[in-house]
Amino acid sequence: MDLNFGSMVDYWPTFLRGAWVTLELSFFGVALGTILGILFALMRISRWWPVKFLASAYIEIIRGTPMLVQIFIIHYGLTGFGINLPPFISGVVALTINSSAYMAEVFRAGIEAIDRGQTEAARSLGLSRWMALRYIVLPQAFRNMLPAIGNEFIIIIKDSSLISVIGIAELMYNARTVQSITFSPMEPLLVACALYFVMTFTLSRLLAVLERRLRS
Amino acid sequence: MIRVKGLRKSYGKVEILKGIDTEIHKGEVVVVIGPSGSGKSTFLRCLNRLEQPTEGGIWLNEREITDKQSELNQIRQEMGMVFQHFNLFPHMTVLDNLTLAPRKLKKMSKEQARKNAIELLRTVGLEDKGDAYPDRLSGGQKQRVAIARALAMEPTVMLFDEPTSALDPEMVGEVLDVMKKLAQNGMTMVIVTHEMGFAREVGDRLLFMDGGCIVEEGVPLAVFQNPQHPRTQDFLAKVL
Repeated sequence: MDLNFGSMVDYWPTFLRGAWVTLELSFFGVALGTILGILFALMRISRWWPVKFLASAYIEIIRGTPMLVQIFIIHYGLTGFGINLPPFISGVVALTINSSAYMAEVFRAGIEAIDRGQTEAARSLGLSRWMALRYIVLPQAFRNMLPAIGNEFIIIIKDSSLISVIGIAELMYNARTVQSITFSPMEPLLVACALYFVMTFTLSRLLAVLERRLRS
Repeated sequence: MIRVKGLRKSYGKVEILKGIDTEIHKGEVVVVIGPSGSGKSTFLRCLNRLEQPTEGGIWLNEREITDKQSELNQIRQEMGMVFQHFNLFPHMTVLDNLTLAPRKLKKMSKEQARKNAIELLRTVGLEDKGDAYPDRLSGGQKQRVAIARALAMEPTVMLFDEPTSALDPEMVGEVLDVMKKLAQNGMTMVIVTHEMGFAREVGDRLLFMDGGCIVEEGVPLAVFQNPQHPRTQDFLAKVL
């Protein structure tokens, strides 16, 4: 079969609009997922078992069920309970709860990898538990976690393509629109792939630069 | 200054401390020696509650610090601690290591904290290392910075948990010298150590611990020359 990208040029604005929506979805997924992820990580290392249990249960359930099913539950299932979320919000919620569950584990492992002596030294000076975490443990943990965090960001960008199933005109959705207009099965998908790759590769390069800066 | 009554500590079924009673007076240098596993580090770490005592009470200047209601963070500001493995903050310069706690807890200005820190670095002989990161320092230098960091909070008592055990032999002297100077300036100190010469020279009182109890105590020289308890005799025969 021959590939003909010539006809794709006409749909360039459609692809770009889709890519922009993908970036928006991913941005909120990453930002909110990171904040919630830190919260769940702190809950998981809490001394109170109910708090710990709650966080563990959340993480296990979210990680252990398919995101596609979660998206349908959030967008369609919840309507049965009178909750009608706009598609974009549903998409952000689905991405956020997923990324927060994975991020929580990244943060927990990062925090636990810091030598106990660091916390002890901070506490022995009179710093509170929170201050020790904030000034001593998290800055060191963050450096070690950066590659794993970067990984998670990249996964979020790619997973956002699943959101197309609830009718948000992000990159994947628009690629399929172009598919149906042009009757070209392959080209729109390859263009979408290329755009996803540009996004993830740019991100991974940026993170590599940040990592190098933090090391020096 | 510090009073310890009936202090017990267990991990699960294993009892590490089996009832410790002692008192540490203002300006006194107390050295704690004993075989490994005797509970001497645990005892020290109970004093500022890095370990939670299972039973018994500890009072610092008549305030019970084992009380659940006590202001632990406030009390810890009055007790400096130096660790075997230094535990300097590797992501901060030496100066930032020293100024973090005074700035955050005493609301000291950056300039004032810095000035104090440089003064402290001078007393431990490291005034030129303020901008260095800990990984650029030798073990002995690290431990001297750690001592300065603890002193930056102006504690009334200093706890030392085997401060020279992780050092190369040629660096032990410089750390002990700093500690000696502290003792001469009247600092109240509790020191867990394996340095018998130092214990004899600087200690006002020696506690010999074994099996989670204080087996024998007294003036260091007297205990070294004439140990009373067979377990003390046995231990000293091995290490001296």
